[in-house]
Amino acid sequence: MPTSKVASRADHALAVAPVDWRPIMLVLVIAVIGLPLVHSPSTWVTLTVAGLAMGLIIFIAAAGLTLIFGLMDVLNFGHGVFVSLGAFVGFSVFGALSSLAQGHDLAQNLAVIAIAILAATLAAALLGWVFERVIIRPVYGAHLKQILITTGGLIIGEELIKVIWGPEQHAFQIPPALGGALIIGDAAIEKYRIFAVAIGLLIYALLWLSLNRTKIGLLVRAGVQDREMVASLGYRIDRLFIGVFVAGSALAGAGGVLWGLYQEVITPGLGARLNVLIFIVIIIGGLGSVGGSFVGALLVGLVANYAGFVAPKVALFSNILLMLLILMWRPRGLYPVARR
Amino acid sequence: MSALLGLRDVHTHIGPYHILHGVDLEVPEGEVTLLLGRNGAGKTTTLRTLMGLWRASQGQVLFAGEDITSRPTASIARLGIGYVPETMGIFSDLTVAENMTLAARSARRTKDIDSARLEWIFALFPMLKTFWLHPAGLLSGGQKQMLAVARALIEPARLLVIDEPSKGLAPSMVARMIEAFQAVKETRTTLLLVEQNFHFARQLGDHVAVMDNGAIVFKGEMASLIDDSALQQRLLGLSLDAHQ
Repeated sequence: MPTSKVASRADHALAVAPVDWRPIMLVLVIAVIGLPLVHSPSTWVTLTVAGLAMGLIIFIAAAGLTLIFGLMDVLNFGHGVFVSLGAFVGFSVFGALSSLAQGHDLAQNLAVIAIAILAATLAAALLGWVFERVIIRPVYGAHLKQILITTGGLIIGEELIKVIWGPEQHAFQIPPALGGALIIGDAAIEKYRIFAVAIGLLIYALLWLSLNRTKIGLLVRAGVQDREMVASLGYRIDRLFIGVFVAGSALAGAGGVLWGLYQEVITPGLGARLNVLIFIVIIIGGLGSVGGSFVGALLVGLVANYAGFVAPKVALFSNILLMLLILMWRPRGLYPVARR
Repeated sequence: MSALLGLRDVHTHIGPYHILHGVDLEVPEGEVTLLLGRNGAGKTTTLRTLMGLWRASQGQVLFAGEDITSRPTASIARLGIGYVPETMGIFSDLTVAENMTLAARSARRTKDIDSARLEWIFALFPMLKTFWLHPAGLLSGGQKQMLAVARALIEPARLLVIDEPSKGLAPSMVARMIEAFQAVKETRTTLLLVEQNFHFARQLGDHVAVMDNGAIVFKGEMASLIDDSALQQRLLGLSLDAHQ
């Protein structure tokens, strides 16, 4: 290797780029604005933790979709089916391991959630692989067809879930050791929300490391900007895309388990409903940007919770309003990806 | 000298448009071939077709005697063909180091890049060392062009295909680029360059092919074109005068 100072610094880093802090500061600003609106500091703490938990779960489900769009310009409106499948697979795991799920032992409760997430991840990854081959591949480059056929895939997926698990809603209860709330001062913080925040941050950290500290991650980031150039450098972008699609589906499956437990009830249409928030998040974040989706998801979670408490009627359209305002500020999202 | 690359009766359609009308071109091994022609003549389409970025609807592309017409782009690149598109293809959000790491296919991390080769490239383009950890999007146009060429050089290539390396560059940058290509030429790497700047082309080219309306209308030695101003005027017209 070169012995110069510049080059030796490069030994230790794949990525050193200036961080745009303004969108991150916006999260803090929203949180600060929420305090006087909510009036009660204890309620504000409860809502803030709930908002962060909600946002991080949506981020887990959305991270794959933003990369799928960024890499191949694929509009996958069927992404919600992986969320639904994940939730129902997780629900079945809870049923099969009910003695662990209903006991009061924290380790056993965490074990059953881990198994449920693992099973949901595998099932969603498998479905993602089939989905890419059967539904997505024939419509590369045709956005209108993508929207139509992936929406069809979502409907068919929901119907298949009804065939397997029935059309009715199911109670998906948080294991006892993670149920209830911690009382800190006057604030009640649900234990599961703290758990969801921790899992969300862990998954974000793993994703960040994968994207910024590995060659595959470098390829994905480059592919989002200019897939033709990545191919011209000798890399099979189609194989990379399949990998990202499967990984994104798997993450959505994991998000399905966490979202199902967050809602404490699951229906076959759970994924389709979350799809709306997922799309808002990836548009706010900047299509193709994982970091943008992370910040966007936190904003969506916080705004939904504050608005739901302060002005329930506004909550019905608060996230659309948020998206509108952000796109007026930054028309290509918080962290626009430099595209060819 | 045998041809490393050959295009035989290559036709390319883009949507309803018939762009290349039977391109025949041979690129001798170890030498520099310049592909000249006015805007819209089909030069860029020729390069994109040989790289598999657009498919030839008819004809053959041969590399080292092997038919690569239907190969995917990645597979063509892995045969040892470095490509710099007209847009340069710089990954703006990545650092200079990351751009180079990506191009060095065998390197898992920056530190795995062949150090001797990297030093050679730093000698050609010293600014890369200066801006090593800077996002490539912050570089000037000339610096981006240098990075694009450096990226094509980091893997040992049998053929370098470069689309308009002098486009939009300041005269000092053009001179630097010519020096770099002359250094590459000394390694006996085969070069196929598309250019509109005849001043640039004449200093590097061993062979020249001129395109017009999607076909090759002249093939020969660069020296013969340099010596024949009437031929220059007929083939390249006013665009040539503007660059001399």
